[in-house]
Amino acid sequence: MAIKKHDTPMLDQLESGPWPSFISGIKRLRDEHPDERINKVTNDLLGQLEHSYETRKGYWKGGTVSVYGYGGGIIPRFSEVGKQFPESKEFHTLRVQPPAGNMYTTDILRQLGDSWEKWGSGLVTFHGQTGNIMFIGTDTPGTQHFFDEINDYGFDLGGAGPCVRTAMCCVGAARCEQSCCNEQAIMRSLVNNFTDDVHRPALPYKFKFKVSGCPNDCQNAIERADFAVIGTWRDEMKVDQEEVKAFVEKKGRKYVIDNVISRCPTNCMSLNDDDTLEVDNRNCVRCMHCLNVMVKALSPGDDKGVTVLIGGKRTLKIGDLMGTVVVPFMKMDSEEDYERIVEIAEETIDFFAENALEHERTGEMIERIGLVNFLEGIGLEVDPNMVAEPRRSSYVRMDTWEEEAEKWFKRKAEAAAG
Amino acid sequence: MAQQHRTPIESGAPDGFQYMHPVMRKNFGQWKYHEHPRPGVLLHVAHGGDKIWTVKAGTQRILDVFTLRKLCDIGDKYGDGYVRFTIRSNIEYMVEDEAKVEPLINALEGEGFVVGGTKNSVAMISHTQGWLHCDIPGTDASGVVKAMMDELIDDFRGNNMPNRVHITTSCCQINCGGQGDIAINVQHTKPPKINHDLVGNVCERPSVVARCPVAAIRPALVNGKPSLEVDEKKCICCGACYPPCPPMQINDPEHSKLSIWVGGNHSNARSKPTFQKLVAAGIPNNPPRWPEATAIVKRILKAYQSDARDWERINDWIERIGWPRFFEMTNLPFTKFHIDNWRGARRSLNASTHIRF
Repeated sequence: MAIKKHDTPMLDQLESGPWPSFISGIKRLRDEHPDERINKVTNDLLGQLEHSYETRKGYWKGGTVSVYGYGGGIIPRFSEVGKQFPESKEFHTLRVQPPAGNMYTTDILRQLGDSWEKWGSGLVTFHGQTGNIMFIGTDTPGTQHFFDEINDYGFDLGGAGPCVRTAMCCVGAARCEQSCCNEQAIMRSLVNNFTDDVHRPALPYKFKFKVSGCPNDCQNAIERADFAVIGTWRDEMKVDQEEVKAFVEKKGRKYVIDNVISRCPTNCMSLNDDDTLEVDNRNCVRCMHCLNVMVKALSPGDDKGVTVLIGGKRTLKIGDLMGTVVVPFMKMDSEEDYERIVEIAEETIDFFAENALEHERTGEMIERIGLVNFLEGIGLEVDPNMVAEPRRSSYVRMDTWEEEAEKWFKRKAEAAAG
Repeated sequence: MAQQHRTPIESGAPDGFQYMHPVMRKNFGQWKYHEHPRPGVLLHVAHGGDKIWTVKAGTQRILDVFTLRKLCDIGDKYGDGYVRFTIRSNIEYMVEDEAKVEPLINALEGEGFVVGGTKNSVAMISHTQGWLHCDIPGTDASGVVKAMMDELIDDFRGNNMPNRVHITTSCCQINCGGQGDIAINVQHTKPPKINHDLVGNVCERPSVVARCPVAAIRPALVNGKPSLEVDEKKCICCGACYPPCPPMQINDPEHSKLSIWVGGNHSNARSKPTFQKLVAAGIPNNPPRWPEATAIVKRILKAYQSDARDWERINDWIERIGWPRFFEMTNLPFTKFHIDNWRGARRSLNASTHIRF
């Protein structure tokens, strides 16, 4: 039976031009898909979207939809103009956790596509801004059927609402020479320890883990994760002097001075007269710039580990915040190291659950109570690497100075004793 | 008897290894360096000498199953059947044999996908859901990005920029799109319009009061019904009250505008990570192709391309040349709205005589 297609004169204008068009894709589902259900759903979806373009307004509202046993993972969408567009009046998205590193075979992509076309609209995005596979558009029974099917072959829902959210990690050690840790293992150890908190939203607000294998931070972890894990190293960077010479030979001294030596944020590099490189490793802050430019000549050291930063988030409510350092360095080699980072995450989430206000992110909580109260709450010691500079204001009560100084010297002595 | 429900398997994030290219599995943690043979292609070389080529392509991001299968067909016929997606939703095909690279590129381009997005290119614009699926959007996302990428496609395909450029879009001021070298975000300019008949039944009023960043909302009786009122002099028109209270409609076809922010950078390379800063506002939210926003983005890109040095991201470039010169070069007006008055704002003021003439 032929369906009556909505006119979409505005959306049609997004079919011209060289970049691939999502409108053409949705139209293919409407016009060419063998399942009439999908033809109808996508027809009404296009109709509603055209209506949005004409009136410059959105027409979806939220609600409550979940699969049996879970409280989250679905973004419910009910149309406010469902009478005009009845076939897509329920158009829920399932957030599904991707394999670590966003790795797929074409086989598994096909399998996911087959399942989705059986129960949903046939529209999918790899991935949303949090990192989920977004299966966009199905009705309430469809969410359960689709979930049951993909859950049987190893996929699970992600987070939605005030809960631990789907985590992300970069490609890392799988295909990158800058990797300083096993990003996939760290990411999965962390987020999969909290499946209960992912599936049953009960926190003050969202909580995100992101793992980047080096300070280039390709996962934007510092800027948008509550718990950012960034690979780094603490011994000397590796310098292959023959490759340095070859690079200077190829690019010229001026290029190397202008683009490597003088771009170092701590002025810790110097080009020698014989075109070898001298590095003041004590003052290197592992910014990655020189390693990015001279990929063959320079690489991270051997004593690798991670830095943990807490509290990154976007605008709501008090403004954008970057994460701040709470663990300057920890090794990530042994099982105990993994247990320790999970323990820090548990302490953080417990403290967050108990102390944050409703709809307050970790960064806002820390802004409100101060970093020191947070550190004491989760059992971490203060460290000068946690600040860009010490306090400026004298308005602080310091009558336990001796005690606090003693703690510092004691920790130093313990560290020296190994 | 109650219906028997299937108990979910709480398996969480799947292991990536089962879907990883065998060469990547074999050389996990053993990569030595990479090269960039041409735009859109990376070559990674392992310590043991193994090599893997990656071909990166941009898509429409909102994929229909036909397009997904087309991408898989290309991966099976011209690649090794292993792919991954980047944080900016590009697809990457990994192949072991260099001879496969050229046919793979041709197949992708032949089917309308766009090979590029590596190194000093304009990367794929990261975006959100917009009118297609969000419950609070001020604008569309996929449409804005499609229209903009049509114009920036040569900069995605080529390596014409001093360093990489990450562009983001957000359909409300929550800014799900995140920080970008250039960010195009919705900026509302009028307080919410309140449907007082609905507030009492739909909204948890104390939560809505608590949500306001400037304490401009208070409970009130309107026409004898419990509702909320907004102190319109205090209101900053951010829309934070709208998600928990849909009768406080913030989106307006005329007064919800677009603003452009620059200099956000997530990397620690050179300087510490930076936030984006306001440069332009009052831009009409003009579907279906948003030409005014695109024109300003192109103007900023042109100034950056002509004046920045190699490896400078937009924030590095402006740090060197100073903001007055940025506004001069882009011919954008500097207004009182550019001077921050939010908490911590004094740190953004120039407390020195460091002035370029």
